Amino acid sequence: MPSDSHIIVVKPSKGWISLKLKELWEYRELLYFMAWRDIKVRYKQTVLGAAWAIIQPFFTMVVFSIFFGKLARVPSDGLPYPIFAYAALVPWTFFANGLNQASNSLVGSANLIKKVYFPRLVVPISGVISGVFDFILAFLVLLGLMLYYGIIPTLNIVWLPFLLLLTITTSLGVGLWLSALNVQFRDVRYTVPFLTQFWLFATPIAYPSSLLSEPWRTLYGINPMVGVVEGFRWALLGTDTAPGPIIIVSSMVALALLVGGAFYFKRLEKTFADVI
Amino acid sequence: MSSIAIRVENLSKQYRIGGQQKGYKTLRDTLTETLISPFRRAGGLLRGQPYGASKLDETIWALKDVSFEIKRGEVVGIIGRNGAGKTTLLKILSRISEPTEGQAEIRGRVGSLLEVGTGFHPELTGRENIYLNGAILGMKKAEIERKFDEMVDFAEIERFIDTPVKHYSSGMYVRLAFAVAAHLEPEILLVDEVLSVGDAAFQKKCLGKMGSVAQEGRTILFVSHNMIAVRNLCSRAIWLQDGFILHSGATSGVVDSYLRENSRTESIDAMATIIRSLPSDPAFRLDSVDIRQDGRPGNVVVNGQPVEVAIQYSVLQRTTGLRVYFDLCDDHGNILIRTFHDDDANAIPTVDPGDYESTAVIPANLLSPRTYELRIRATIFNVRTCTGDGIGILLQVEASSGINRGYPQDVIRSALQPKIPWRTRKKA
Repeated sequence: MPSDSHIIVVKPSKGWISLKLKELWEYRELLYFMAWRDIKVRYKQTVLGAAWAIIQPFFTMVVFSIFFGKLARVPSDGLPYPIFAYAALVPWTFFANGLNQASNSLVGSANLIKKVYFPRLVVPISGVISGVFDFILAFLVLLGLMLYYGIIPTLNIVWLPFLLLLTITTSLGVGLWLSALNVQFRDVRYTVPFLTQFWLFATPIAYPSSLLSEPWRTLYGINPMVGVVEGFRWALLGTDTAPGPIIIVSSMVALALLVGGAFYFKRLEKTFADVI
Repeated sequence: MSSIAIRVENLSKQYRIGGQQKGYKTLRDTLTETLISPFRRAGGLLRGQPYGASKLDETIWALKDVSFEIKRGEVVGIIGRNGAGKTTLLKILSRISEPTEGQAEIRGRVGSLLEVGTGFHPELTGRENIYLNGAILGMKKAEIERKFDEMVDFAEIERFIDTPVKHYSSGMYVRLAFAVAAHLEPEILLVDEVLSVGDAAFQKKCLGKMGSVAQEGRTILFVSHNMIAVRNLCSRAIWLQDGFILHSGATSGVVDSYLRENSRTESIDAMATIIRSLPSDPAFRLDSVDIRQDGRPGNVVVNGQPVEVAIQYSVLQRTTGLRVYFDLCDDHGNILIRTFHDDDANAIPTVDPGDYESTAVIPANLLSPRTYELRIRATIFNVRTCTGDGIGILLQVEASSGINRGYPQDVIRSALQPKIPWRTRKKA
């Protein structure tokens, strides 16, 4: 039965517009299917398949262990260097891949955007979410490594879901800005690899943030990935430098990035179909 | 509850046509421009301006002050030439792109179909793509599950449902894509030219499906170049030209004037071009072809009266066995009738150089109300064809013969509709 509850008014929008989160919620099944598609398709026609999800962080860890751990003798908060680096690389890889996926997601879905209406936020969000699958695989290897080194996680492990959420927030926050920019400026495609590389070294992955003294260490949390990485080490490996203040700073920055990104995205959204 | 499903008021859409700015003058200008523009662009960008908005670009109005209302349950066709703004209108109503001015109010759940198979992924199987595509078109998972078997039946691909669609033939691909789309059940359906895909039999099936959707009382806005489909499905038509509504009203009137308008420009301008592009022949030259009814030229005719096809040509050298002929084809290119100009002669004729006109008369009460193609050719028997593929002219036939008059809504399926004498009597 036709209902008057569905009244859509199409008109030019002005200024900053609402995020329409309710509508996004109505499209949650599409979000699910898009993420599911990304996961299904990602390793099609590859020989190693899902092993790629592990190879990436694992071999980076091996390289870091040789050069930073063995040769440069970078300190590792009293932990074996390989697990020190790998515990950071797991969330980092998730973040970097998510950022990359999200940034290129709109342009990659150009045909969809030109032909079908749906809340465009679905596209970058599903790009980030689909990385959770890879994250879980890499995380299982992390658990294996912990077993190997005889490290028993502390009770702080309950914070892990929150830390994962912080990673998603950061990844999506930056991803929203970049994906919207990418629609008009394909420069973004070339910026992202550079940006992640730069960001990798600006994050305490190969080295501990304890190299810095307070208040600089807390201030370091302005890079939200600092909070994530130190949080992971603290929750899983039990590093004794409680990262509380860092995580608080990181969370606030990540949230600001996400909210700002969402509004910026929404503001440009109306031009996507015409410009892409 | 309002009886209006769609109300469009002064809807306009402006497009910027790609930055052909003034050419760069000197190397210095080029360099300064290159150095400065990224910053200028970045500045504009942060203010949310689209790319290049600060420059004085050329713009066009793809739609200008379009207003109309569509009642609930109405099926409205949107016709017009390429670039008239039809797709832009659908895109705005589907909320894919935003209008520049004006507004539209849509009451009811909208489903739009601008393309079939949007979002199909070649690596996924037919089954997986049904779910993905269904979700993209706005169906709920439960709804897709409920209609799944029906879709697979409709697409006729049971055996391949678990094969990745990249291994599908293009026909199977299109059938699957349309099957998903055809099972969309919104209150308002916006359809772009999607029926032009697939083979003839499948197209017919899709049109049938559309027809039944229309009969269920749903509101449909239907963009098409297929006048037969528009005529059969739509009660009202809107003719767009250059972003304006040129004409709007009952389908037959709008479609007729559209066809007349187009046949005039197309038959005179295009025919001359096509004739010129024919391969030249030392013995024969086609000059023009006229279609007339009742002494009036034009390729929109009625089937209750004879149609004259007059072929003017020049014979350039004395030729034996010249045959001028035409094929009457249906809209899928099947030849229904082939007829030669020498059917009035008893022996193989020899023609002298000069200008000739051969006129064929297609009798009344033979054609069916539909679009045919006349394909005009000439050949020298057992020697060569003189006109390559010949030239094709569309013939739009309207019903006036009284055949089927009791049931005009029942579409005649035969390609030809000769008037066959019938007699019915009651036996003692």
